Amino acid sequence: MIGMLHAPYVIGSYVITFAGIGLYTWRMLAQARKAARQVPPQERPWT
Amino acid sequence: MTGFMTSTTSPSPRDRAPTSTTFSRALGIAALVGIGWLIVFGLFLSPNDRVQKTGVRILYIHVPSAWLAYLAFFVTGLSSAAYLWKRTRSLTWDRIAGASAEVGVLFMGITLVSGSLWGRISWGTFWTWDARLTTTAFLFVTYIGYLAVRGLGGTHQQRAKRSAVLAILAMLEVPLVHFSVTWWRPLHQNETVENGKLSGLMLFSLFVGLIAFTLLYVWLVLHRQRVLTLLDQVDDQGLDVAIAERRNEAVAADVTVQEVSS
Repeated sequence: MIGMLHAPYVIGSYVITFAGIGLYTWRMLAQARKAARQVPPQERPWT
Repeated sequence: MTGFMTSTTSPSPRDRAPTSTTFSRALGIAALVGIGWLIVFGLFLSPNDRVQKTGVRILYIHVPSAWLAYLAFFVTGLSSAAYLWKRTRSLTWDRIAGASAEVGVLFMGITLVSGSLWGRISWGTFWTWDARLTTTAFLFVTYIGYLAVRGLGGTHQQRAKRSAVLAILAMLEVPLVHFSVTWWRPLHQNETVENGKLSGLMLFSLFVGLIAFTLLYVWLVLHRQRVLTLLDQVDDQGLDVAIAERRNEAVAADVTVQEVSS
């Protein structure tokens, strides 16, 4: 278990890491939805 | 096209997640499970270190994020080379390079922040100008510059060519960062895994972190390069509309001149 002495640094590093990844992912998917409104599904090579 | 853009029906799953496929969804779930495991092993199940005590838990995100940043920049360099080579030239390589560089910058940022917090525990300071930290910061700034260059104007091909050259040059910095700990013997410790300093549950937790971050990297790059494809298509549509408008204006002006002259 996490000792109390360095807990703020350890938990802080995990929170910053996953918040950063989450924020990037959310922004990317929002950009995808916005762009996809202007591109019909049949023009998306992966579908 | 207009009907498609102004549709008022509820969005289909394809529109809610336009860059998703069955494979990418499975990959995303695997990455999420991996991250769950990483949190459980990293924060709760792995033991404290004899010297670093609790601080060692930062290792399970710091080391995988650094390795993934290296991998991301290597993929950027390799994709850029594939674009520059005439036989394999395709804008898909350019988009993979751009997507990988973006994700690499994200992981490099995480490396710097988590390293800084770990440094505060181990060295008593958030930052010191030692060789590993300085070269890492330099690499981070270089790839931010690379992303800025990608954002400059021009055609997709111009963007691809100039950023590909820059990516190949920037990739040369990666070995400099990696070997800085052996060349200059700075405050930053040597390779923990290669020197066999980790074992048992600590080593297993690190590998859980590596696998989770690798899955996440693949998922992010896959989606990001699809988003870049969509953005390029939107850009092309905008260009087509602008060209059509200029043509119409030219035709209208021509008709006016003919009417005036007759």
